[in-house]
Amino acid sequence: MSASIHAAGAGQAPPHLPGATSEPAWVRRLLIGGALLFLSLFLFVPLVAVFVQALSKGLGVYWAALSDPDALSALRLTLTAAAIAVPLNLAFGVAAAWSIAKFDFRGKNLLLTLIDLPFSVSPVIAGLIYVLIFGLQGWFGEWLRDHDIKVIFAVPGMVLATIFVTFPFIARELIPLMQAQVQEQEEAARVLGASGWQILWRVTLPNVKWALLYGVILCNARAMGEFGAVSVVSGHIRGQTNTLPLHIEILYNEYQFAAAFAVASLLAALALVTLALKYIVEQRVARQLAAATSDTPAAA
Amino acid sequence: MFTRVLLRRHSVLPGFDLSLGVTLLYLGVVVLIPLSAVFLKTATLSGEAFWATVTSPRVVASYRLTFGASLLAALINAVFGLLVTWVLVRYPFPGKRLIDALVDLPFALPTAVAGIALTALYSSNGWIGKWLPFKVSFTPLGVFVALTFIGLPFVVRTVQPVLEDLTQELEEAAATLGATRWQTFSRVVFPSLMPALLTGFTLAFARALGEYGSVIFIAGNMPMVSEITSLLIITKLEQYDYTGATSIAVVMLLTAFTLLLAINLLQAWARKRQGK
Repeated sequence: MSASIHAAGAGQAPPHLPGATSEPAWVRRLLIGGALLFLSLFLFVPLVAVFVQALSKGLGVYWAALSDPDALSALRLTLTAAAIAVPLNLAFGVAAAWSIAKFDFRGKNLLLTLIDLPFSVSPVIAGLIYVLIFGLQGWFGEWLRDHDIKVIFAVPGMVLATIFVTFPFIARELIPLMQAQVQEQEEAARVLGASGWQILWRVTLPNVKWALLYGVILCNARAMGEFGAVSVVSGHIRGQTNTLPLHIEILYNEYQFAAAFAVASLLAALALVTLALKYIVEQRVARQLAAATSDTPAAA
Repeated sequence: MFTRVLLRRHSVLPGFDLSLGVTLLYLGVVVLIPLSAVFLKTATLSGEAFWATVTSPRVVASYRLTFGASLLAALINAVFGLLVTWVLVRYPFPGKRLIDALVDLPFALPTAVAGIALTALYSSNGWIGKWLPFKVSFTPLGVFVALTFIGLPFVVRTVQPVLEDLTQELEEAAATLGATRWQTFSRVVFPSLMPALLTGFTLAFARALGEYGSVIFIAGNMPMVSEITSLLIITKLEQYDYTGATSIAVVMLLTAFTLLLAINLLQAWARKRQGK
């Protein structure tokens, strides 16, 4: 009996009376058509348009736009910002998940809300806060000027803004999975004399590796694509403080549309790679989470 | 140091002090202290000066546009998001998995890319714009199009798991008791999706309020007409009007925090409804 219930719950749609739990064929076709039309107008056509516009003036213009020194320096800065922001947020994510999932302490829910906070802050405000602190009129403005250190309208400010907007991505993938997993393995390792670091490296991280990768993918995509926050602190100095998204804006405002779309196609390709990786990793995470939740009743 | 004060139950695992210490330090330095700067800066203003800034006509016009377009975009996303979710969960059709994966595109595509692509498509000689009898790009309608794009995945991704978990036995029972298909949907299925749908709607609305990158290309950015609040903050900053920019930021932050609270309450309600 229980096996048949499970089969119905886990498998595809159970055999059902025609008409009782589905719609007539024409309604179905109408609904599918409506959904596809909406998705086409707002999703698919814009995506295709990026690549078509990028190649509209031929491969020569496309290649010239991508190999332009300003574009290359923008690419370098985009990669640099992501290379700093992602590892820092990864280290933070693991620390936060360890403290929240492995221990029961006061103020945990408040901490969870605060970790999510950057998601509800407008990117423009994410840039503004660093201007208020490090800008010329800001808290440390004069001190920084006296010591000849540039944060705002320079690379450090852009990295800080990137860190802020990508802050929660990895933590919020790790926390729910680690909370769902039972701690028996870690506790066994501890009793057998493993140190905290050994437990983290050999037991905990292998158990959450797909969720970790998932978080890194999302964090990286946002870090490389962020526009509003870095735009506030960049100062738009060509060849120095331009990331790829900011470079697109400059080209577009100069009416170099084909070049703007050429650079945009690079980021659109990155988005497609992100979606493909996300799709593959998502299924592994679902499997790990299912394994974790089916373990729990047995342990209890 | 945290162990004695905060820990509710002893654990055999080590590293509580270190991991919580790192978490709080990083959270404080990167998020909390910088955010508090906005409020401290505003506190230096007198009440009247603050009020005069955040209620000046140009700022109020930007609220009206930002709130109006965000609300409309979130509503359209609620309706069509529900439709897309229903089709993806219930009906088989070719290319379904690819379409399911592409729904997340607005999360992955940089906003500047989305902005220029939508502007080109919906301008009066663009692929879509040339078929429309009215102008979209460089009008408030353009703001709505951009906000609809970026909010699209929220409703689908919050409603989808709930619809997948819904057992069809309920619908079969309703049909057996003589309900028509429409009655079953509106009285049995829809009420169970309601909390998730509202959560998705609020998430899309909150995201739209703060959006900047995709909107500024398509909006035209005319003061009083098609200028969103985020852009106004940047304009004030560029004029070195730091207190003006910060005052508007405070209004936006307080709105965002209220919505965050609303989302948390909605999700608690949804969990209760699902009996989890």
